[in-house]
Amino acid sequence: MTDQYDAIIVGAGHNGLVCSALLARAGKRVLVLEANEQVGGAAITREFTDGYSVSACAHLLYQLQPAVRKDLKLSPRMACENMTTIALGENGKHLRIDDKRIVGVNKEDADHYREFRKRMTRFSDLLRKFLNKPPPRLGTKSFKDLATLAQLGLDLRMLGKDEMRAFLRLIGMNIYDEVTERFEHPLLRGAISLDAVLGTHLGPRSPNTIMTYLYRQSGDHGRSGIPAGGMGSVSNELAHVARSEGATIRTGIAVKRIIVENGRVTGVETETGDRFDSFTVISNADPKRTIMDLVGVKHVETGFTRRIQNLRAKGNAAKLHLALDGLPDFEGLSRKDHAGRLLIAPDENYVERAFNPAKYGESSPAPVIELTFPSLRDETMAPTGKHVMSAVVQYAPYDLKGGWTDEAKAGFEQVVVDTIARYAPDIASRITASELLTPVDIEREFHISGGHWHHAELTLDQFMFVRPVSSSAQYSMPVEGLYLCGAGTHPGGGISGAAGRNAARTILGREKAA
Amino acid sequence: MSKQAPVHQGRLKTPFYSRLEKLDFVNEWHQWKGYSSADSLYCSDTEYFAIRNATAVFDLTPMTKYRISGPDALDYLNRLVTRDMAKIKPGRVAYAVWCDDQGQVIDDGTIFHLHEGEYRLCSQERHFAWLKAAAIGFDVSITHETDDIAALAVQGPTSFSTLSNMGLDGLADLKPFGLTHVDFQGSELMISRTGFTGDLGYELWIDPDKAEALWDALFEAGKLYGIRAIGTDALELSRIEAGFLAAYMEFLPADETVRTGRSRSPLELGLEWLVDFKKPNFNGRRALAEEKRKGSTWRLVKLDIEGNKTAHHSYIFGQQKTSKPAIGFITSAAWSPVCKQNIALGTVRAPHGMPGDTVWVEIYYQREMHWNRQMARATVVDKPFWFPPRRGATPPGRF
Repeated sequence: MTDQYDAIIVGAGHNGLVCSALLARAGKRVLVLEANEQVGGAAITREFTDGYSVSACAHLLYQLQPAVRKDLKLSPRMACENMTTIALGENGKHLRIDDKRIVGVNKEDADHYREFRKRMTRFSDLLRKFLNKPPPRLGTKSFKDLATLAQLGLDLRMLGKDEMRAFLRLIGMNIYDEVTERFEHPLLRGAISLDAVLGTHLGPRSPNTIMTYLYRQSGDHGRSGIPAGGMGSVSNELAHVARSEGATIRTGIAVKRIIVENGRVTGVETETGDRFDSFTVISNADPKRTIMDLVGVKHVETGFTRRIQNLRAKGNAAKLHLALDGLPDFEGLSRKDHAGRLLIAPDENYVERAFNPAKYGESSPAPVIELTFPSLRDETMAPTGKHVMSAVVQYAPYDLKGGWTDEAKAGFEQVVVDTIARYAPDIASRITASELLTPVDIEREFHISGGHWHHAELTLDQFMFVRPVSSSAQYSMPVEGLYLCGAGTHPGGGISGAAGRNAARTILGREKAA
Repeated sequence: MSKQAPVHQGRLKTPFYSRLEKLDFVNEWHQWKGYSSADSLYCSDTEYFAIRNATAVFDLTPMTKYRISGPDALDYLNRLVTRDMAKIKPGRVAYAVWCDDQGQVIDDGTIFHLHEGEYRLCSQERHFAWLKAAAIGFDVSITHETDDIAALAVQGPTSFSTLSNMGLDGLADLKPFGLTHVDFQGSELMISRTGFTGDLGYELWIDPDKAEALWDALFEAGKLYGIRAIGTDALELSRIEAGFLAAYMEFLPADETVRTGRSRSPLELGLEWLVDFKKPNFNGRRALAEEKRKGSTWRLVKLDIEGNKTAHHSYIFGQQKTSKPAIGFITSAAWSPVCKQNIALGTVRAPHGMPGDTVWVEIYYQREMHWNRQMARATVVDKPFWFPPRRGATPPGRF
């Protein structure tokens, strides 16, 4: 079977769907092939035990880019919006943080926090501009690249001299220095540290964790929400938009290889041996998987291969799903509070200490946790009266010493439950079923090399002009007709859609230029 | 896991050192990739004339050697180098050049197709890191075997007679860039018709344990054919006459350059004949195709210069004696005794330097402390300065 398309997209992750919708809208005949039975990649909702559903990987929506919302007229129905972040403290003394104010700290901290937020908002607004356009190529004479670069410089300069300096100083710095300098309250320091490192293989003392913090803020200033029906409903909406623009989306079809003939892409071959033809193939898979497995290094050059091989992309965030026969009783929390985003990160050193063992291939004995109870505001997630907990847990390194055996997983799960039990002593007695996804499981289920949220670590040496690797940061890969559109490209991961949108615009722009 | 490896102190000695030492009168040695290598043993002029008039023997053991084998060896090499290695059958040797992704030359060297799917790559410089990086995703094994093989270059018009006199069979049919395996005292001796002198000549490759025996047999057989051990000074002169490139002279290995524009592409080194654009992919292909479309920045030139003052390190100027600014510079220069010519290799900005063009070379030379300057007219030549018919003749003549 062969069929000719204008573009084939490998993987129906949310970026692939965004890309397909925009290309289809431009009149392209687009085919999206997804290996899993559902669209969405790591943005799906699925049942993990009878009657209990959960957003299987990404569980909070905070980064969906306004530009993507606008272009595709998205309006995901939300179960929770603008969630309050609750930094859990001992003896029920918690902090309640929302985008405007913070309850539980002294006046100085409150003032400093307001100031901090103001600056971070300004910087993340600037960063958002950078994130929503393809990074310009450096060292070319192309007018478009030079113009983009000039615009970036101008945007930066428009901050004013002092703020521009502050931005350039802070972007490479670590969040630890910033929070310890500004704030007194350990819970506040811990909460901000956690936001900076969630989903990365970084601790608060690692370089550029202010940049990752800003990155998190760049969608909706850090306001998070839970889509009604879980993250899968966002993907379903995207797929609906793509289909109504004319894209064909087929699930349960795994691409085995991207076919390269005479130095250019000519189509894809599926695991079942079917072939689909197109001179443009856009991979939503991570860069390593795309180049090393799907394309094959024979078709690319040595320097490029080495850079792709050396991409740092080992995940360190696990996902824990619990089926509960009732809401656990957190000391000092009302029922309403359970609709918030609960953090276990008592202080900045706790977060750094949690990270320490991960450097040596060990999981955290005292992990940092981001907890949500999506069933509280969404009855579709659990049977009546019952609840689900969805938690991101760090650190659980991809290459755990001895591997993620059943024993290792059970042990880590126990550690996580015990950690939560310090705040909600009855949690263990309420668990009826559970599921732990380590980065290895995430790799297996979602086909992400290393099981990393961002497909490639979000650090300055893999950011902007050099993401995923230098000389190939404009979505186009060094094989004619091959593009990337996933989290491994600029700007990075999270349910943002920026990469997919930028990729589509790059591809359409090139066509116009040709 | 780690075993205590013996650490060599100071310079290494090749397996032929005991023999070279006996022939050494001038004690002029330099370091070549960790080994002691002679500049000259007696008198470099006499040694040079052994290359052109008799048999010269050069110890090339320090030359970097890698063994490349495995199911993907051919695919691997085809991506590594710019030429089509599928055309190089077992028993043949290919001169090749390899580039980085930007199409800039990392090094040139020779690739010996020893047996089906088994290759040896030889070069002046070391490239293990690059070769290993190039192996990512290929089922291929790369072994550094410089120290495991003793090698001699046997070059000059009487080299065939010398080797035949040694009782080595099968050399009469061996064409240039061919190789053969013969038995030498129970060990496998590989003989290739290759060399760095541009003359009739061979290279012998053997187990280091048999090195001294091979040397002795060779010198015994060559006694009446004017056999003589030589150092690198003589070799260098013959190399320039043959118009061959040398790393760090005609080009810098691309991975060693710091400033942009200091490396060279194969097209800029006159090696376009080695670049096979029919291959769908090889390192540097995209960049080189682009360069071919847009035109190169530099061009390698061979210059026939008037007068007898050697043009070491000279600037090259354009068509007129007064042309400014300089269009390039000399990279290697010599007075060629055999051609009776003042010759040089250089690099000039394209489109300068087409064969037949006149250029001017600014030569500085010293006489009794005082420096003199001379503008010498030079002609760009196309062919190697020295390319005797005997170099290609099969069977070679018995001189």
